[in-house]
Amino acid sequence: MILEALGYEFFRNALAAGFLASIACGCIGSFIVVKRMVSLAGGISHAAFGGIGLGYYLGVDPILGATIFSLATAGIITHFRNQAHQHLDTLVAAVWSSGMALGILFIYLAPGFAPDLFSYLFGNILLVPFENLVLMALLVCIILITVTIFYDRFVAVTFDEEYAIVMNLPARAIMLALIGLTALTVVMLIQVVGVILVIALLSLPAAIAREYSSSMKTMILYATLLGALFTTSGICFSYILDVPSGGAIILIAAASYFLVILGRDIRQHFAERKE
Amino acid sequence: MTSPVIELSHVTFRFNRHPVLDDVTLAIREGEFHAIIGPNGGGKTTVLKIMLGLLQPQAGSVRILGGSVRDNRRYLGYVPQFRTFDFRYPISVREMVLSGRLGHMGTKLRYGDEDHAAAEGALETMDITDIADREIADISGGQRQRAIIARALVGYPRVLLLDEPTVYVDTPTATHFYDILEDLRKEMTIVLITHDVGALSPEITTVSCLNHRIFTHDAREITEEMIGAVYPCPVDLIAHGVPHRVFRRHDEMAEEEVITEEEEEEEVVDR
Repeated sequence: MILEALGYEFFRNALAAGFLASIACGCIGSFIVVKRMVSLAGGISHAAFGGIGLGYYLGVDPILGATIFSLATAGIITHFRNQAHQHLDTLVAAVWSSGMALGILFIYLAPGFAPDLFSYLFGNILLVPFENLVLMALLVCIILITVTIFYDRFVAVTFDEEYAIVMNLPARAIMLALIGLTALTVVMLIQVVGVILVIALLSLPAAIAREYSSSMKTMILYATLLGALFTTSGICFSYILDVPSGGAIILIAAASYFLVILGRDIRQHFAERKE
Repeated sequence: MTSPVIELSHVTFRFNRHPVLDDVTLAIREGEFHAIIGPNGGGKTTVLKIMLGLLQPQAGSVRILGGSVRDNRRYLGYVPQFRTFDFRYPISVREMVLSGRLGHMGTKLRYGDEDHAAAEGALETMDITDIADREIADISGGQRQRAIIARALVGYPRVLLLDEPTVYVDTPTATHFYDILEDLRKEMTIVLITHDVGALSPEITTVSCLNHRIFTHDAREITEEMIGAVYPCPVDLIAHGVPHRVFRRHDEMAEEEVITEEEEEEEVVDR
């Protein structure tokens, strides 16, 4: 059945989109998880919803609106984090709620019939057009090149930002780059798994990978492979069982995550009993 | 007298209009083993962060090696407080120590031979070469402490600045730690921030007592009254054995002290 499905272009595109998303999430998600900025990805993805609404209102591509909104949000959060010394979670709550509110407002005001918002909230990887694959591949290249070139500096800044500042590293620029790339990854993922489920694909593969990694390099590699495994199996399940793909991908990822941490707890429990 | 390696003049710092440092003037001179002591909330970490340019004072100026903080802070080896670290970060001891070279690499993107050599040297100095490939998550508190110092040493600092280095390590580890500092002290100036006056090294040359305001003394001249001026309750400190272990014994000083029985016992144990 799956072999037969591979004959369809939409199915091949879906697998390719899942794979590209996994690379982006493996790289960016790993840094987001170790820097404890998962909520930031949540904030940006919901703020992007405002951009989708604006796109509909102005009659332009909603993804363009989402890109602008998420990058602006990244800039706003970075600025206030540095200048006003606000806590990250407070800032995230502010952009999260205002982004959603703007989205709802713009879509209400938009002329004509109500657009299919559901596909932006939950996404549909089986509907990713070829042009979007090209854009995704471009973003993956940008992420891979940036992270490869500045790997040691990304590690230094996410491990100990204060020490990076004392060493006169461009810590703020590196954080802005990381948050900016997060924003672009979020926009890309909105089409694949939707606004609401972006956080899961950025955080869950990386969180599982962390349990088995001794360095950021291995964590990124494992997170990418896990992401590919989750998206591929999610797409196949969704095709075979005829259920929404976004939900299937995330449920597989979340189930794996809980199994892994449960397994670790049980192992630790028995290790302690042996002693 | 040599010119100061770190110089604060009339530094005032307020946090949310709450005064933390009030007209603090301080000179750290080459070769000193300078302890900054004071109660929690007295501004010790703030002073350190101002020296490192992590906080900007509202008034006063800071100079490092006669130049600006930004230009010269890379000559300082910073050993931050333990609790600022996330030890679950997937990084090996060697990689963490190497990262201390980034401030000395200019625009170079990859670690070179000299960076690796510096890291191996620092690992050896701190006696952690055997655990260099372990993750920081899997080593003990004392080993972590040495890894953090090794990271500061790879930049060949002129001054080593340590913020409460013994808070999260047990007493034998702390004792060993002061042995390490006494070795390092032959090569660089050391600034040690601590509220744990009971565990100070006898090698300390200068003591600054900080509680919003600062008083600096030659370690041999320190008296109980001076510590009493910054601490609300000097009696507690005497019980910790302040004059006996921190400072060199002077007969004239001992005469001024009110020695309790408990203290006498402690002194015997020390010997």
